[in-house]
Amino acid sequence: MTTKLQVRHLTKIFGRRIPRAEELLKAGKSKAEILKSAGATVGVNDANFEVNNGEIFVIMGLSGSGKSTMIRMINRLIEPTSGEILIDGENLTSLNKKQLLDVRRNKMSMVFQNFALFPNRTIIENTAYGLEVKGVDKDERLKKSHEALELVGLHGYDDQYPTQLSGGMQQRVGLARALANNSEILLMDEAFSALDPLNRKDMQDELLDLQENLKKTIVFISHDLNEALRIGDRIMIMKDGEIVQTGTPEEILTQPADEYVEKFIEDVDRTKVLTASNVMIRPTFINIDKDGPRIAMRRMVENEISSVYVVNNKREFVGVVDASHVMGLIKKKERKLDSVIQTNVPTASPDTPITDIMEKISSTPIPFAVVDDKNHLLGIIIRGAVLGAISGNEVVEND
Amino acid sequence: MTNIPQLPISSWIDKLVDWLASFEGFFNGVTNFIGGIINGFQWIFDLLPIWLFMLLVVGGTYWLTRKTKHWTLIIFEIVGLLYIWNQGFWRDMTQTLTLVLTSSLIALVVGVPLGIWMGKSKVFETINKPILDFMQTMPAFVYLIPAVAFFGIGMVPGVIASVIFAMPPTIRMTNLGIRQVPADLIEAADSYGSTSWQKLFKVQLPLAKSTLMAGVNQSMMLSLSMVVIASMIGAMGLGNKVYFAVGRNDAGGGFAAGLAIVILAIILDRITQAINRNKIPKS
Ligand SMILES: Nc1ncnc2c1ncn2[C@@H]1O[C@H](COP(=O)(O)OP(=O)(O)OP(=O)(O)O)[C@@H](O)[C@H]1O
Ligand SMILES: [Mg+2]
Repeated sequence: MTTKLQVRHLTKIFGRRIPRAEELLKAGKSKAEILKSAGATVGVNDANFEVNNGEIFVIMGLSGSGKSTMIRMINRLIEPTSGEILIDGENLTSLNKKQLLDVRRNKMSMVFQNFALFPNRTIIENTAYGLEVKGVDKDERLKKSHEALELVGLHGYDDQYPTQLSGGMQQRVGLARALANNSEILLMDEAFSALDPLNRKDMQDELLDLQENLKKTIVFISHDLNEALRIGDRIMIMKDGEIVQTGTPEEILTQPADEYVEKFIEDVDRTKVLTASNVMIRPTFINIDKDGPRIAMRRMVENEISSVYVVNNKREFVGVVDASHVMGLIKKKERKLDSVIQTNVPTASPDTPITDIMEKISSTPIPFAVVDDKNHLLGIIIRGAVLGAISGNEVVEND
Repeated sequence: MTNIPQLPISSWIDKLVDWLASFEGFFNGVTNFIGGIINGFQWIFDLLPIWLFMLLVVGGTYWLTRKTKHWTLIIFEIVGLLYIWNQGFWRDMTQTLTLVLTSSLIALVVGVPLGIWMGKSKVFETINKPILDFMQTMPAFVYLIPAVAFFGIGMVPGVIASVIFAMPPTIRMTNLGIRQVPADLIEAADSYGSTSWQKLFKVQLPLAKSTLMAGVNQSMMLSLSMVVIASMIGAMGLGNKVYFAVGRNDAGGGFAAGLAIVILAIILDRITQAINRNKIPKS
């Protein structure tokens, strides 16, 4: 995994008394204090992060937290006050005008919240805009634009004007305009926020589908956590111009860095992102190849449980035995457990989403066994732990 | 009050005018240039038979309003032009038209770039706004004096005075049109690597077009309102007829010529508006 985009100590201050504001910022004053005493607004403060080749990197945060400022510094629609932006190791902040045009034409394309289609241009002309300013000749332009429109599932609208299309279709054109340019980086500022929920979901699916083949590096701004969790490979959360946390969706959900992030994830439907491995607990088990009924009984008594999981010498999952059957064996002085092992135990793999097994978890009395692809027993899922994780109170540690 | 000396504004302006008059070569050049445009227009209008002129106007209107079929306008044009011809004002009308078209053309060619500049530069906009207010509120008569001083009498100083008086709306509306282009469209143009010129010609001007044309329309109407005033310094045309009627206390003649000006004004107004009609369908 190589780094495509690197942001180092990137800062943007809006307003007049920038040197003064910078001093205050260095002295650790807050955004509000700086606005009060210097009259300058801190848009982004000392941001550091990297975006990997081919990943969807989602930036989240409340309104005014600096998301748009950040993404606009990446293509220098907003000039950074200080700091560096590196693309493939090339520093964008030191480029001259002509070089900057080149980068904008060839390296990155932007998709906007309100589509930003040119109302005086037809759909095909809109799609071809980037190629047109680059000076690509007309046949080539049309060919590439058609391909891009095809990719987003729009045909037959070439000669219509943007106002004749629905919002969802307009944003498809916005996406096609970016794709036609064939740049490796896509910058998407709340690209799906203006769409209604169903359209938004369609577009998310479509983006994920496209991404499978295209493998673009995508910086995607969202204020919708469900969207971020759905499409993001990694998520960065911003507050008052600062980065609070960067991590995979799971890390954000399971280890929120502070209260701000916790607040953010509070209302997420956790079942959508939690997997079996997030909620499983350490199982109590015995080894069928060496342990007999007495050991099994002892384990159950020690742990105050009524059944115990059974594995073999290779730690492969075999089944489960329960207390009453084991008691019977002990009375009959049996040495072997084999006769009472129940093998019809429901199993799940560690990445199974909880939503998929939720219903079964609540309807079967025996906890799920979580096994890996070699059938090794990794853990078990008990109902209580699932509910705890979903409500966000208690996520059981596992190693 | 009496202690405060009167500021010598009038003598300063006189001096400035004298000084400017020393650039005789320059003013001659301008006179010749504008005279050329005027002669060109007039030559065409003199060449056109009346029936062909009417056919062009009506046909043009028909084509411009082909979607809405503006029949009342077409009938008005036919009746109006026949009236002008019937009153023996045809050549006066074409002279007035020449004056108006020449001033509008110059207002367009000079005003649009100034408006674009204002649209792109906050500083230039701040400097220019009061100047434009000044140009428009100064009584139009005042422009006649320097116009005569530099360009003598006749059509050319008439055009110059009209241009000064009529240009501000074109500048203003161009500026407004450029500034009204939504910020995200500018961002989109920039983010795809447009140069300033590409942005101007592919995005800003096309989107400013209808506002800009409304300014041109206003300029045209203002320059038409100058024709009577311009006739005082020897500009020919319908204005001249009105001016002489006033001198001779000839109410009937003045009204007849004045009506011809109104007819011309309405035709010009409606045609420029029709040109301006957006061809982009509204949602
Ligand atoms: N051109 C500007 N001039 C002055 N301040 C600005 C400017 N643009 C943004 N800001 C300020 O910078 C801060 C960050 O704004 P930004 O637009 O990046 O936030 P955001 O996270 O994108 O918010 P939203 O979710 O509302 O889009 C805000 O306090 C905003 O007021
Ligand atoms: Mg924003």
